[in-house]
Amino acid sequence: MHDPKAATGAAIDISKACKRYGRFTALKDIDLHIRPGEFMTLLGPSGSGKTTTLNLIAGFTDITSGTLEIGGKSVTGLPSHKRNIGVVFQHYALFPHMTVGKNVAYPLTLRGLKGEERDRRVRRALDMVKMADFAHRYPSELSGGQQQRVALARALVFDPPLLLMDEPLGALDKKLREWLQLEIKRIHRELGTTFVYVTHDQEEALVLSDRIAVFNGGRIEQIGTGRELYDRPATLFVGRFIGESTVLRGKTQVCGDQTVMTLGEETITANARLAGGAQPVMLVRPERAVLKRPGAEVLAGENRLTGNVVEAIYLGSGSKYEVRLADGTTAIVRSPLGAADFAIGDAAEVAFASQDIILLPDDASADVTLT
Amino acid sequence: MTATHDDGTTARARGEGPGTPGFLSRLMPRGAVWLAAPAVLVLVAVLAYPLAIVVWRSVSDPALGVDNYVWFFRSAVNRTVLLRTFTVSAWVTLACLVCAYPYAYAMTIVGRNLRLVLILCVLVPFWLSGVVRTLAWVILLQDSGVINSILRGIGLPPVKLIRTLPGVVIGMTQVLLPFMILPIYAVMKGIDNRLLQAARSLGAKPWKAFLQIYVPLSLPGVYAGAIIVFILSLGFYITPALLGGPRSILLSSLVQNQVLSLLNWGRGGAMGVVLLVATFLLLAIAAPLMRQKHSAARREA
Repeated sequence: MHDPKAATGAAIDISKACKRYGRFTALKDIDLHIRPGEFMTLLGPSGSGKTTTLNLIAGFTDITSGTLEIGGKSVTGLPSHKRNIGVVFQHYALFPHMTVGKNVAYPLTLRGLKGEERDRRVRRALDMVKMADFAHRYPSELSGGQQQRVALARALVFDPPLLLMDEPLGALDKKLREWLQLEIKRIHRELGTTFVYVTHDQEEALVLSDRIAVFNGGRIEQIGTGRELYDRPATLFVGRFIGESTVLRGKTQVCGDQTVMTLGEETITANARLAGGAQPVMLVRPERAVLKRPGAEVLAGENRLTGNVVEAIYLGSGSKYEVRLADGTTAIVRSPLGAADFAIGDAAEVAFASQDIILLPDDASADVTLT
Repeated sequence: MTATHDDGTTARARGEGPGTPGFLSRLMPRGAVWLAAPAVLVLVAVLAYPLAIVVWRSVSDPALGVDNYVWFFRSAVNRTVLLRTFTVSAWVTLACLVCAYPYAYAMTIVGRNLRLVLILCVLVPFWLSGVVRTLAWVILLQDSGVINSILRGIGLPPVKLIRTLPGVVIGMTQVLLPFMILPIYAVMKGIDNRLLQAARSLGAKPWKAFLQIYVPLSLPGVYAGAIIVFILSLGFYITPALLGGPRSILLSSLVQNQVLSLLNWGRGGAMGVVLLVATFLLLAIAAPLMRQKHSAARREA
């Protein structure tokens, strides 16, 4: 919280990290390299290992095998109070017997800061989260959002090169969550500190992050920007976890550079082929598909699947439809404002271009873990 | 008390009709208050009434006036015993606290089964009569008792414990320990251990985090337990009477002596009133300590 330009974040390098609790393996061979000043989100369903990874970085647990370096130095065996890392918890973890001001001053007091200098930095940290007027209140007198802002100030007041956040907005309502997401983003921009953020909310991950690491079953499925994960998911799990999608399964045949899938009496063609012999599935994003009346003109390179509208949701910015296809699959289509309206029960054709199909190796476990 | 808030309209709403006299309906407390009636009756019959008699006798027996109180504070023996009673109570409270705090903390961190064992260890003595437990202490503490036999066995000189103040403190501490453990445990159980993790992440060494975060949050339980134990110690009778000697008499024994041996109800009553007033004074001093500005150690689900 000195000069913003002077503040630099720490890099994190995790290689071949495993974490076992007795017979249970929480993390399997994690490789994660976070750049200085980066906003990295660990995204995944509960029990996927994202919080375990955060606890490893924070020093609350030790890795079973592998290496963990922060700022280029190995921290294996270093207890959490010597790591100089800010941590924000989902449950706020403010000290109930201290005022907001005392809470924020606590890490400074531990570092031997006193008097005017300490007060100045507490004030600055509280200003940053817009809580300066609450310094004399007790945490129990604050709302959840206010408490979490104080917790954020407390975790940042000692200028840590790294801030960890464990689902910090999980207990808050949607409006407040969205506003705080922008606040966190602003603070990250101002400070240049490395942020590692754990969430199970993919929308939150997309709003906040420079990059996202998608966790599943103790492994990292893919690391990339939100755009990369959405447009080019590496696995079916990532494709299904980030955003919505229609998943098509059928008999496939490779013809040159194309893959043809047969669904009942209909065929669709993707402009891609899978390396290796894995059984492919096809993924279509809802906004890449268009809903058309039966019999409408077929464009070049367009695939069509017929079905019936089973759900029509007006979203303000457009409409979302669910279409039951001939083979029983539910397709999701998002129409922009001004597109033709469909009602529940209407016969419709779901149309999408061959180059918009994402071809992925099938993975039955991706369906199970999502529930 | 609720009766004063009641009025004729609710009486009529309850269908008592216009014939019910106004003053009667004003005496009708609202429903739930009656639930406290049996307890109130018992308290009035066995506490308030005898207490009133004791207070009355202390100023009227044998003659109207404060003679009994003048006698009490003029007597050096009485003053010594009063001071000793407070000193012993303070020692017992301290000894209980030293034993109870780590015990209660252990109860919060062990697994379920071990916690059950620890709770039973606290509660089982409750199910035994205080007399039996005190007699057990007589066996342990007496000059040829278990403790001195062990000391002699390992070649140490014997210690005089029975009929001494340390003996009384030891016995009272054991009997009163549950009253210290249970309130402390009740508060500790509600302290979020994750606060310690948070403190460590902010740079606190484990012992510092414990002292600066955990201990302050557990203080309400400590205050509650200390006050209960101290007040119970002030009026404790059986254990000091059986374990103590002539040089370790406490106020309760003096009261017993005045009332039952000398049949001097006035002086005995005066002693009781002095003890009662002292207790109230103590509570008045302790009350601000117990008032917490924050709602301590609240943990979300």
